[in-house]
Amino acid sequence: MSSTLKLAWRNLTRYRRRTLLTALLIMLGVMALLLFVAAAGSFKQTMIGSITDSMLGHLQIHRRGYTASIDNLPLNLNLQPNAVGKIESALKAEPEIAAYSLRVKLGAMFSNFTENTSVRLNGIDPVAEDSTVPALRQRINDGDRTGPLVAPGKVLIPTLIARGMKVKVGDAVVLVVTNASGSVNGKNFVVSGILDGVTGPGGRDGYIHIDDARDLLRMDKPEVMEVAVRLKSLKSLAAMQQRLNARLDEIQNKEGKPATELHLWSDLSPFANIVRMIDMMTLFIRIMLVAIVLVSVMNVMLMAVYERIREIGTLAAIGTQPGKLMAIFLAEGLLLGLAGAAAGIALSYALVGYLNLNPVVFAFGREQITLRPVLELAEVAGVLGLAVLVSALASLQPAWRAARMDPIQALRHV
Amino acid sequence: MALIQADNITKSYRVGDMNVPALKGLSFEIGEGAFAAFVGPSGSGKTTLLNLLGCLDHPSSGTLKVNGTDISTLSRSVAATFRGENLGFIFQDFNLVPVLSAYENIEYPLLMVRGWSPEKRRERVEKMIAAVGMTEHAHKRPDQLSGGQKQRVAVARALVGEPKLVLADEPTANLDHDTAYRILELMKSMRDSFGTSFIFSTHDPKIMGEAELTFTLEDGRLVRQGGEACPPR
Ligand SMILES: Nc1ncnc2c1ncn2[C@@H]1O[C@H](COP(=O)(O)OP(=O)(O)O)[C@@H](O)[C@H]1O
Ligand SMILES: [Mg+2]
Repeated sequence: MSSTLKLAWRNLTRYRRRTLLTALLIMLGVMALLLFVAAAGSFKQTMIGSITDSMLGHLQIHRRGYTASIDNLPLNLNLQPNAVGKIESALKAEPEIAAYSLRVKLGAMFSNFTENTSVRLNGIDPVAEDSTVPALRQRINDGDRTGPLVAPGKVLIPTLIARGMKVKVGDAVVLVVTNASGSVNGKNFVVSGILDGVTGPGGRDGYIHIDDARDLLRMDKPEVMEVAVRLKSLKSLAAMQQRLNARLDEIQNKEGKPATELHLWSDLSPFANIVRMIDMMTLFIRIMLVAIVLVSVMNVMLMAVYERIREIGTLAAIGTQPGKLMAIFLAEGLLLGLAGAAAGIALSYALVGYLNLNPVVFAFGREQITLRPVLELAEVAGVLGLAVLVSALASLQPAWRAARMDPIQALRHV
Repeated sequence: MALIQADNITKSYRVGDMNVPALKGLSFEIGEGAFAAFVGPSGSGKTTLLNLLGCLDHPSSGTLKVNGTDISTLSRSVAATFRGENLGFIFQDFNLVPVLSAYENIEYPLLMVRGWSPEKRRERVEKMIAAVGMTEHAHKRPDQLSGGQKQRVAVARALVGEPKLVLADEPTANLDHDTAYRILELMKSMRDSFGTSFIFSTHDPKIMGEAELTFTLEDGRLVRQGGEACPPR
């Protein structure tokens, strides 16, 4: 085996320039794939993190039909206290769930005493919300980031409204709400913080205390519009969806149908489409890499066989078995692919290391994203395996030709 | 029993729709330890015959036994095994593997064909490389050797697996006369030390005098064996 590899290696170094060029091509292909996956992975991670940790949570539970009309913030599709109790016990039964937050969502008229605008609000329990979306407080760009998220009588408002209405932290404002039965109710609030916006729905909402929200809506029962849930790890998301769906399906309405609906963050955020696009592009680059390796290795190996016809004839004549001849050429192609891929992987690690020491920051919408590319071992191993496999495949036909060659014809070849 | 028994062997090549006869019914025997030559002008069938003796090709008709084995109908891989175990080859163009050193070229049959252990290989290769007087060039690649040196390495490669028979198709055609003469002397001394039979071909009348047994071919027929004319068949 090692002697076959040694012979293969010697033959590769015999045509140094051709080998180098081919290995270079494979190296570039491997680097393109690995760096794209690493950078896109970092981008995905950051974006998903920012969406789920600062706003959506990992998954959300609503009364059936609520999400379809969420844009209007309906007040007649609330989860009733009975259902909320059942949801809470379902969530508490799952050890993989880190936290959840009950939200009362409402639209309000926001007034600074001279002008009005409309604002979407979340009534939240500050402690529960904080553990469910821990990055929400980092969006507070003006105001207290360290205390409770929002106290009764206080409101966190999005930057857009703060700017448009010329409102600062500490200013008094009025929130006016029309409740489910059509009566209007208003309340004085003090602005306790300004929130940076984030991409996607809910990214420009304000926050008040859940008691204030229920007060404004004159709820006589502790109803809830939304339950946001945080898992201990995003990896268990799909499994959790299945298990929770099974549990939640037991909460039924009067018609005996499931009363709730469960959505993953990816169902709720348009960024999921960008993720899908990135994954498509990764697939595309992967296919390109396969094509590059296939064509370049096959080309080199066909040339190698053609150039060495007399040598093949000699080796066959002195008793080398066809299988051994095949192995010699297979090893050569494989080694070529392996060398190119290994170089590509090494350089990718170097570049990723450099990028982590000198991070690239770019703006995506309103957000500053710092690229922290990571090369996952599984991805690297996969790329190496792919390159080696495709190299072997590409050498198969040339190697087969070498093995099948008639020694007399081969020896006569000039 | 003779090392080689050829009984009325013929060989014709198909060229397009035509059958071109290259050997037209040859019968002869060669004993063990022979130093025999097939001589004749270009196109007389020497290479064709040596290919048959070397199990690289099948005769079109007749029977051909080498070392007691009927080699007329061996399969591809059985023929390869037979060659690896019983035969050695020396070529007109030396045909050394260019990426291997002299030492590694000689080692190749033991390593890649026979699968010997490293210790056995080293002992054997060192013996052979000394026998052909190439020890001091052991680590040179073929492109650093002269024609005569290359053919010495090739002789060692052919003999390293202790074959019964070494076949050499025009082994001296690419060498000057003095070198050619010395290669033949080397081959003969190898025959003397190892008992290996040598069969070579040549069209050079000066070289054929070195053979102890000569067969003269003309147009695919054996016309003379030793000093005697063959009876026409
Ligand atoms: N592969 C082949 N196809 C067709 N004709 C061949 C082939 N090999 C040899 N011949 C013919 O067979 C005859 C004998 O050739 P060869 O054995 O090479 O003679 P020599 O080695 O004595 O010069 C020649 O006429 C040659 O043209
Ligand atoms: Mg010839």
